[in-house]
Amino acid sequence: MKVLAAMSGGVDSAVAAARAVDAGHDVVGVHLALSRQPGTLRTGARGCCTIEDSMDARRVAGMLGIPFYVWDFSERFAADVVDDFVAEYSAGRTPNPCMRCNERIKFAALLDKALALGFDAVATGHYASIVTDADGNRELHRAAAWAKDQSYVLGVLTAEQLEHAMFPLGATPSKAEVRAEAAARGFDLAQKPDSHDICFIPDGDTRGWLAGRVGAEPGPIVDRSGAVLGTHEGAAAFTVGQRKGLSIGYPAEDGKPRFVLEVRPKTNEVVVGPREALAVAEIAGSRYTWAGIPPQSSSFDCEVQIRAHADPVPAVAAVTEHELVITPVDPLDGVAPGQTAVVYVGTRVLGQCTIDRTVSAVPVPA
Amino acid sequence: MAIYLDHAATTPMTPEVLAAYTSALSVVGNPSSIHSQGQAARRMLEDARHTIAAALGADAVELTFTSGGTEAINLAIKGLYWARAPRRRILSTRAEHHATIDALEWLERHEGAVVEWIPVDGFGRIDLVALEAALDGDVALVTTLQANNEVGTLQPVERIVELAAAHGVPVHVDAVSAFGSVPVDFAGSGAAALSVSAHKIGGPVGVGALVIARGATVTPLLHGGNQQRARSGTLDAAGAHAFAVATAALPGPDLRALRDRLIAGVVAAVPDAVLRGDPVDRLPGNAHFTFPGCDGDSLLFLLDSAGFSVSTGSACQAGVPEASHVLLAMGVDERGARGALRFTLGHESSEAEVDALLAALPGAVERARAAGLA
Repeated sequence: MKVLAAMSGGVDSAVAAARAVDAGHDVVGVHLALSRQPGTLRTGARGCCTIEDSMDARRVAGMLGIPFYVWDFSERFAADVVDDFVAEYSAGRTPNPCMRCNERIKFAALLDKALALGFDAVATGHYASIVTDADGNRELHRAAAWAKDQSYVLGVLTAEQLEHAMFPLGATPSKAEVRAEAAARGFDLAQKPDSHDICFIPDGDTRGWLAGRVGAEPGPIVDRSGAVLGTHEGAAAFTVGQRKGLSIGYPAEDGKPRFVLEVRPKTNEVVVGPREALAVAEIAGSRYTWAGIPPQSSSFDCEVQIRAHADPVPAVAAVTEHELVITPVDPLDGVAPGQTAVVYVGTRVLGQCTIDRTVSAVPVPA
Repeated sequence: MAIYLDHAATTPMTPEVLAAYTSALSVVGNPSSIHSQGQAARRMLEDARHTIAAALGADAVELTFTSGGTEAINLAIKGLYWARAPRRRILSTRAEHHATIDALEWLERHEGAVVEWIPVDGFGRIDLVALEAALDGDVALVTTLQANNEVGTLQPVERIVELAAAHGVPVHVDAVSAFGSVPVDFAGSGAAALSVSAHKIGGPVGVGALVIARGATVTPLLHGGNQQRARSGTLDAAGAHAFAVATAALPGPDLRALRDRLIAGVVAAVPDAVLRGDPVDRLPGNAHFTFPGCDGDSLLFLLDSAGFSVSTGSACQAGVPEASHVLLAMGVDERGARGALRFTLGHESSEAEVDALLAALPGAVERARAAGLA
């Protein structure tokens, strides 16, 4: 197969590219230029898009003896990932930019370009597995390396995208093994730190980064009955589940800490309440996709995962006329609109929805 | 079998130059040493200086060897600017090579320079009326390409120098892509300084020269042993010798007929391809096009896969592509500029190579168009 290996300059995508070569594919390495003004050198463990990273990727491609190119996706990335991230926060939602990048850049803009240019597949260093069922249909599954599993951020992939995706690291039991393999292959980047956080916020200060980009208007902090408890400097700076930074100045009647339950951008209100009220009994989203063949019944048992590093919990999923509605068996904390709920059955990713609304497990007091 | 159509990036050394270079590398002795071996090395270097200076229409004493075109350009621009203090104004265009633009922007940021960017027309040629209007005795220098390295347009160097001379303003001419392709006559031009590079004419990478008129002063960038008029650093006798051997082989074959075959063939094969740069007053080996709806990255990849080495023509910062500042300066919009591809011919180029490209191009363009603009 003609395989385009997306090479970030990190150890995972380097080993993934090497394995694609070993598997006998005709591999071309591509580094995506995602920033218009890339930094020269990597700083700390953050970021993936410096010139040093592109040089690391180029060096590995050279050692593998494969052609290597840098393709400019900076405009698409700015519009589809960065601007979307800001817009989602402005709308009081909590987005996952890595998911948007997979959905719109790596397995859309890049994959479309690769297919048009004659490639059969795009290979990445994601930890996830693709399993082909008896009928030849492709399924997305968790990686063997449970601790590194990235099937969550790939949950947005559709059957069509999976047809052309390749994850050579899926069966590897641990990251340590990938690092060891990189070292054995003589890659200098074998000990490069893992990238984490959001690549376009190099210092990791998401709040500070957002402050300059999201409009901030002072507004009321209210409880669930609508009583005003204080004021805030801008609703978009708050995330559901947040406890710090409310500065209400006086304690709740029961003396317990208050948490952000909801952010209402239209009225510029931040709703706070007791921890118990964070529990969510129902999650629903109108933007949902299936990672493979859609489920055969309109209601089924599953597990739901609502963050990249959250544990999956048992739930029932139902497809209604407009929504995917997920009901956790036990009420679930830490759910915010904008997040993605990925639905699993065992190790298999069934699909996902972007969460539009939630229903609290604790009724609003009269 | 790769077909090399990127001679403007660098052109291969001929076997003759390669042999001269390798044998010169075995000559023992620092040209600045006083002993006989040093003198022998010096002799080789000074012979080279005379050969190259003569080819440029300059005196040997006016030629300072450098590490390449970028250093020559930096030395000319910064050196003339400092020597012309307290004048702060510099006139140039946005279609210059990055070596010029970045040097000028550095002078703005760190040395108080005020750079005035004279507009260029749709072919990338400087607006002489605007230049004339901007000139006065407060201008420290004017710096201009002799031939644009991307789109190939020749600049009216003599007119530029004439206009500047009326105000006593020195002109630096970046002749890096012109030398070897079109006549360069330093004395005849009246320029104050002129930059060239060996590897663009079949010499080695890492060797260049700045011609500095007898009457001009440049402040050095590199301080040390004062081995040359405006530069310190051990003299590279072998590099200079190889540069001279490549210079002595000039002029190379006339590439205009082959270039016109290429241009006509591209237009026939891809009717909406747009030839950039002046169709007539351009470098003999340069054919530069934009292909609407295509991404140059895609075209380059497809042609590379098919065995053709070509260029998008624009600057790459460690391989990160950006839209050509030259095309933007010429008024091409960012999307149009993304579809740029530059084919440059050299002494090895043949009709068969050009025809092979023309056979491969329509398929590549069709495929790149399907891939669209990222």
